[in-house]
Amino acid sequence: MDATGLELIAQRVREKVGEDAVTGTIFYRRAATLEVAPPSVHDVLAYLRDGEDEPWERLMSVHGCDYLPEEPRLGIHYELLSMERADRLNVRTRVGVGDPHVPTVVDLHPTANFQEREVYDMFGVVFDGHPDMRRILMPEDYEGYPQRRDFPMGGEPVIYTYNEPKLPRWYD
Amino acid sequence: MEVTRTKVEGDLRVRQMKAQALLRGEIEGEDLEREVEQRLLFTKFEEAQNWARKNALFPLGFGLACCAIEMITVVGSPRNDLSRFGAEVIRFSPRQADLLILSGRVSIKMAPIIRRLYEQMLEPKWVIAMGACSSSAGMFNNYAVVQGADKFLPVDVYVPGCPPRPEALIYGIMKLQDQISGDPAMGWRERYRAEGTEEIA
Amino acid sequence: MTDEPGTMTEPLQVPYRERERSVTMEPMGEHDELLTINIGPHHPATHGVLRLLTTLEGEIVRDVKPIIGYVHTGIEKSCEDQQYWKVIPFVERMDYLAYYFNAQAFCMAVERLLDEEVPERAQWLRVIHLELNRVASHLFWIATGALDLGAITMLWWGCRDRDLALDLFEMSGGQRFHTRYFQVGGVVEDIPPGFVEMTREFVKTMRTRIPQYLDLLDRNEIWLQRTKGTGIVPAEDLLALGVTGPLLRAAGVGWDLRKATPYSGYENFDFNIPVGSVGDNYDRFRVRVEEMSESLNIVEQALDGLPEGPYITPNRKVALPPRHELATSMEALIHHFKLVTEGFRVPPGEAYAAIESPRGELGCFVLADGSAKPARVHMRDPSFVNLQALPEMARDSLLADFIACVAMLDPILGGVDR
Repeated sequence: MDATGLELIAQRVREKVGEDAVTGTIFYRRAATLEVAPPSVHDVLAYLRDGEDEPWERLMSVHGCDYLPEEPRLGIHYELLSMERADRLNVRTRVGVGDPHVPTVVDLHPTANFQEREVYDMFGVVFDGHPDMRRILMPEDYEGYPQRRDFPMGGEPVIYTYNEPKLPRWYD
Repeated sequence: MEVTRTKVEGDLRVRQMKAQALLRGEIEGEDLEREVEQRLLFTKFEEAQNWARKNALFPLGFGLACCAIEMITVVGSPRNDLSRFGAEVIRFSPRQADLLILSGRVSIKMAPIIRRLYEQMLEPKWVIAMGACSSSAGMFNNYAVVQGADKFLPVDVYVPGCPPRPEALIYGIMKLQDQISGDPAMGWRERYRAEGTEEIA
Repeated sequence: MTDEPGTMTEPLQVPYRERERSVTMEPMGEHDELLTINIGPHHPATHGVLRLLTTLEGEIVRDVKPIIGYVHTGIEKSCEDQQYWKVIPFVERMDYLAYYFNAQAFCMAVERLLDEEVPERAQWLRVIHLELNRVASHLFWIATGALDLGAITMLWWGCRDRDLALDLFEMSGGQRFHTRYFQVGGVVEDIPPGFVEMTREFVKTMRTRIPQYLDLLDRNEIWLQRTKGTGIVPAEDLLALGVTGPLLRAAGVGWDLRKATPYSGYENFDFNIPVGSVGDNYDRFRVRVEEMSESLNIVEQALDGLPEGPYITPNRKVALPPRHELATSMEALIHHFKLVTEGFRVPPGEAYAAIESPRGELGCFVLADGSAKPARVHMRDPSFVNLQALPEMARDSLLADFIACVAMLDPILGGVDR
């Protein structure tokens, strides 16, 4: 995969799926990323799996990312693998915190089941059409989406000599 | 009657024959008294009870994360062998165990379950917090880990390390044995002033 | 637009009791014989805290839902607060049996972002430690897996041999577990004298022990009856579910990242990949045991051909300078100071690096924003994805076969929950 191959893939996706499906391509450090618009994620992945020239039949990973200072904030990455070419392609969408809805790809790749639940749990992105949209790692009634960048780290303040008298201890 | 303690004389075979004769009731009178004196041991009841308890600890089979691997190595590896201390019987039912070795990081989802397990164990029971993560959350100072198991459990021995070597865990168990057999003021009920909380069922 | 925790707009307007509904099983069909039990987080199969909500009809498992999250430690969030080289101990504790693999995936991703070249000696040292860790991980798997199925002798044997491998790690890295030996750009220290001889001893010992394991298990009628023909999933289903590693190879698909996309010098070694035919538990067991033998081959080849050279990249902006230079060179002192206090900066970008861990494809995604701390670290853990295959493996099998399936699946809950 090189930069021209990525441009050709983007061209074919624009032809087959729609003009506004692909919003950009990035080729950085010999890795290819195709940036798509959120509503067309399902169609793009379906085309990449089933199209005649496209061998990207395995979804390896769905993970989320918070690009905090840049809008739209939440990014979802789909890491695709082609076993016959031993090559990888990354498909990326960006959604904002106000309307974080993305169509699910569980019907195309059943592997996305747990992984989309994890993205919902950690970032709050709702996958429309997912059969079981619940929290997976945090307790069921937890409030908040921990891995967003503005969620506090939590834990306890570490006690040094300068702040020891000011922190409440358990025996107070 | 005064009791003198002397070493039992004779080599092994002679002692065995005398013990058999004693049990069969074939020795009478002076000989009988002398034989019984040589085999008596006087102690207090608490000491005998503590000696029995500390040498036959039943750990609860409970492993959370990386420290559990080291715990299984302590129990299961022929090099660091816990059955030297009488504690290799791992009972998985909390009703049958008396030592809870908390090995691994305690997440907020798991903490109520551990509390329920601890309450199901019968008195007397002890807790070893193995590793840095259960003693004080280790390096995970974040939203998902309870900052130390002693936030919700009374812990008797803390074993530091990430993960602690098997020898370190065995040292922790030996220290717990000293606690059990020695000073009764080392128990957690005295330290936390919690007398009267034993469950007598 | 930032949200305070607890006061945010909830995008999913589902009341709590509705959300719980998918956990309680809807009755399937006309049977009223279904019993839903909880193989709870604390259970004797020593695979960590996994909760399985099992629906049984008599002795046959009809459905199983794994519930995870009991060891969730927020490692990925903690990593955003640390410098890049401080992330390595955090990341090592995810899949806690294959610690070198976690570090290797992370270091590969950061090296790709930095466009850094790892010297050859460091690559071969990494391969030696990775393969020794693979052997140790498979030994622990066979120790506890056989314990689950009743062959308790394997626990003693597996732990005994694993202690020998951990001695080697202690020689080179200073600790038995989580040694922080891999650093970005190479390894932290060269191997001490005597390491090569001890490793050769270990390889020789293991070559006599693996036939002993097979003697014990492979001709045991109970073992064969319990593992042959149970837990079969066809290869297309495994591919769709994203399963990789020995599970996929046991089903007949010969996909191994060490051969397909070689990394860290694996193209220099000559080794085979065991591939099964049927895809049942017996094949998974044999595939892993054969992988142990192949790993010993790789270790021997690496020891024979270990090249001379630096063990970490000479780029002082990334790797600490050796201590004897600090007394003479001012630049070395400044580099040391900057690296220890602030850490190296990585130009903005994203990278995903994947390696073959004992459980499958372990991938690491790093998002760098130009500062000394990563903005996002995510590990694509193989156990997390392989766990989705458990309902398929367990459907319509007996409860005892289901326990065999969990044992042969080899889940590591540290990686599943992260």
